[in-house]
Amino acid sequence: MNFISKTKADFKVVGTRVPRPDGVDKVTGRAMYGADITVPSMLTGLVLRSPHAHATIDKIDASKALALPGVKAVVTSADLGVPEDDYLRDVQDNCLARGKVLYHGHAVAGVAAIDMATAKAALKLIEVSYTPLPHVTDVDAAMAEGAPVVQEGRADESVPEGSHPNVTTLQEFGHGDLDAGFAKADKIISRSFKTAATHQGYIEPHACLASVGTDGKADLWCCTQGQFFVREMCAAMMGMAASQLRVTASEIGGGFGGKTTVFIEPVALALSRKSGRPVKIVMTREEVFRATGPTCSSSIDVKIGMTNDGRITAADAQLRYQGGAFPCETVGMGAQSAFAAYDLDAVRTQGWNVLTNRPKEAAYRAPGAPMAIFAVESVVDELCQELSLDPLQVRLINAADAGTKSSYGPTFDQIGLKATLQAAVEHEHYRAPLGENQGRGISCGFWFNFGGNTCVSLNLNSDGTVGITEGNPDIGGSRASISMMAAEELGIPYEKVRTIVADTNSLGHNDVTDGSRVTFAVGLATIEAARDAIRVMCERAAKVWGIDPDAVIWEDGCAKPSGHNAGAFDPMSIEEIAASASDTGGPIAGHYEVNAEGAGVSFGVHIADLEVDPETGHTKVLRYTVFQDAGKAVHPDYVEGQMQGGAVQGIGWALNEEYIYGEDGRLENAGFLDYRVPVASDLPSIDTVILEIPNPGHPYGVRGVGETPIVPPLAALANAASRAIGVRMSELPMSPPKLLAAITAKG
Amino acid sequence: MVQVLLTGSMRALAGGQEVVELEASTFKEVMDGLRAAHPALAPVIDRGVSLAVDGLIYRNSWFTEVKPDSEVVVMPYMKGG
Repeated sequence: MNFISKTKADFKVVGTRVPRPDGVDKVTGRAMYGADITVPSMLTGLVLRSPHAHATIDKIDASKALALPGVKAVVTSADLGVPEDDYLRDVQDNCLARGKVLYHGHAVAGVAAIDMATAKAALKLIEVSYTPLPHVTDVDAAMAEGAPVVQEGRADESVPEGSHPNVTTLQEFGHGDLDAGFAKADKIISRSFKTAATHQGYIEPHACLASVGTDGKADLWCCTQGQFFVREMCAAMMGMAASQLRVTASEIGGGFGGKTTVFIEPVALALSRKSGRPVKIVMTREEVFRATGPTCSSSIDVKIGMTNDGRITAADAQLRYQGGAFPCETVGMGAQSAFAAYDLDAVRTQGWNVLTNRPKEAAYRAPGAPMAIFAVESVVDELCQELSLDPLQVRLINAADAGTKSSYGPTFDQIGLKATLQAAVEHEHYRAPLGENQGRGISCGFWFNFGGNTCVSLNLNSDGTVGITEGNPDIGGSRASISMMAAEELGIPYEKVRTIVADTNSLGHNDVTDGSRVTFAVGLATIEAARDAIRVMCERAAKVWGIDPDAVIWEDGCAKPSGHNAGAFDPMSIEEIAASASDTGGPIAGHYEVNAEGAGVSFGVHIADLEVDPETGHTKVLRYTVFQDAGKAVHPDYVEGQMQGGAVQGIGWALNEEYIYGEDGRLENAGFLDYRVPVASDLPSIDTVILEIPNPGHPYGVRGVGETPIVPPLAALANAASRAIGVRMSELPMSPPKLLAAITAKG
Repeated sequence: MVQVLLTGSMRALAGGQEVVELEASTFKEVMDGLRAAHPALAPVIDRGVSLAVDGLIYRNSWFTEVKPDSEVVVMPYMKGG
C-alpha cells in the first residue's frame, strides 16, 4: 500500500502551527464539559457503592430511601436485563453489581432526587445486606493455589487445565528455537519485575445527563471518547433501539483511554426512565479512583541472552497482568509489544490475565505495552552494563526494520525505528556530561496504531467557507488537524474551515477515539471527503463554462480549465462556486465513510537523566528527550504535546503513581493528594524531536502519535535510576522509600 | 492456497499446527476456513480477532484481499487507549 499524494514541499497548511480552535473556550470557561450541561426539572443522581472488597449481595431494600420526600427513583441491576453477550454483561455488571460486589467501590444502586442533599440522604437509607467473602488484590497471590475465587467459570479455551479459576486467558506469541538461541549467548540475564496499577488521571471526572421521554426517546450528554460506543452499550442495556437514543459528547477534559467505556451513563438512563425526569450524575474524584478503570498491574519475568558484541540471541518473557474483577485482554497486547523493537531469531512471550478484587481495567494509552517494555528494556540495559556496551548501539544492532519478522508474527513494512535510534545517537543530550548521583537511561517504545470506522461530512457554506462534521471527540487536537487537512486539500486558508464533533444521529458509526487513530483515520476520511466535494465543484464549473468536467482541475482553492481544448476561462474560486451553488445544482458537500486500515506501527526512543538523592531516595528528572516518528506532523505543537504528555504520564508511572491497597482490600489513596501525579514544577521541559518518515497508508503520510510516548519512560527512568545508584530497580513506582531501601541494602 | 500463521495460544486449538493452509481470498474466507478446519478456534474468532496481511493489521474487514503469497497472521483483536 502506498498512496501518499503530497510530499513535504507541497504542504501549505499541514505542518504549520495554526491557533488551536478550542483554546479560547478552554481558557475562558466557555467550553462545555460533561458536568456543565443542565436542563429544566433535572434531578441529581448518586451511586451507592460497595463497602466490601468482595461480598455477595443478599438483599437490597430501598423502601426507606423511596419514602424520603424528594427522592424520585432508585435503580439496581434488577432494572436492567441480563445480557447474553459476555462483554456487554461485564460492562453492565460493572455499572451496577449483580449478585456480588467484586471490589470496594463497586456500584450497587443509583438514586435520583431533587437535590444533592436529598440524594445523599437517600443513599444512606438504602439497606443492602452483604455476606463478605475473602478477597485478593495482588496478581501473583490471585494465581496461587487457595486464592479466593473472584468469578467462577471465566477462563477461556486457552487456559491450561489445572490453572486457578482466576486465570482467564493465556496468550502466547513468538518464533524460533529458544534453547538454541540461549545456547549461543555469552551472557544471559533473568529478572522479575512488578508494576503498580496506575490511573489515567484525567482532570475531568466522569459526568453525564440522561433524559428519557415518556415516548421512549432518549438523549444522553456525557464526557466520553466515543459517543457511538456509549449509544451501543446503553441502548443494549436499556433494551432500546439505537435510533431512539441520541448521545452527544461534551468537551472532554482528558481521557487517555479511560473514557472508552461506560460507568454512570446506564445508571442515569435507568433513573431517568424510572423517574420520568432528566438525571445528571457527576462522579467525585474519589469515585473516579475507586470505580473507574486504572490500568493493569503486572508481574513479569524476562530472560534475554546476548553475545559479547551485543547481539540478542534469544528472548523470553512471562507476563501476568491483573485487570480487576472482570476478564481483560490487555496482557495480550503487552505480550505482543514486549520485544517488538527487536529483530530476533528466537523469541517467546506468554501472557496470563488474572482476576482480582479491583476495579475493572480500562484502556490507558498503549494498553499493556508500557509495563512489558519496561521489563524488557530493563534487562537489555542490564546486559549492556554487564557487557560494557553502549545501550543505543546495542539497540541499533538489534533493531527491527522493514522485512523483520516481528516478535508477534507479521513482518514489518516501512518502520522508523532505526532512524529514530540514529537521531538519538546523534543528539547532544546523549553525550552531555552527568554529575554525581545522576544516571542516564534510554528505552525504545512501540505501539500498533489503528484506523477503524470513520465517517466525515464536509459542507460548503454559501460564502465559500467549509464546515466539517466528524464523530470522534477531540482529545488531542484533532479538530485543528482535521481542519488543516481539509484546508490543505481544498487549497483554502485554515481559518475558513470549522470542524465540529457531531452527535450519534448526525453521522454513521464512528469507532471510539482510541488507538492513536483519529488524526490518521478521520484525517484520511476528511481528505477523501474534500476530494469528493472538489469533484462536485469542478463539475459545477464545467457546467458554467460548458466544457467537459475532465477538462477542469482544482488548484489553490479554484476550479481552472486545463488542457488545450478547455477554453480560456478565468479561474472560478470556491467562493464563486459556493455563491452560485443553488443555481448550478444545489448544495455542495463531500462525504467519506471508511473502515480505515494501514495505520502503520509507531516507535519512539526516550533519553532520561535522573538524579537520586542518596540520603532520601528523592528523585529529580534533570533532562528528558523524546524522539518519535510522526509520519507527517500535521500540527507540530499538538504532536509535541502528545510526546510531552505521554512522557509525563510515563514518568509518573515510573516514579510515584500507584494504587495502594490495604489488607482489607480497600484502596487507600483515592485522591490526588495521595496519588501523586507529576506536576509542572516537578519536571524539566520535555524536549522533543519529531521524525517524519511518511506512512504509506495515508495520503499525507500521517502516523498516529498519541500512545507510543507513554511506553518508554518506565524503562528509561528505571535504567537511569539503576545506573545512578548502582542497583537494578525492578519494581515500579520507584518512590523514594523504595530507592532508599535499595541504596541502603547495597551498603 | 493461503498459509495462515497462528499465534502460540491459538496453535493449541488447531491441533498444534503453526501454519494452516486454506483456500481463501479474503479476510472472511480465512476466518470461515479456520472455523471449518478447526472448530475449537470458533470461540476465539467469534470474540473477535485481527488479521495481519503483509504486515498491515486489519481489525474487521471481511473483504480485505488475501493473495496466495500473502503473509497472513491471525492475532488477537486489538484495542487502544
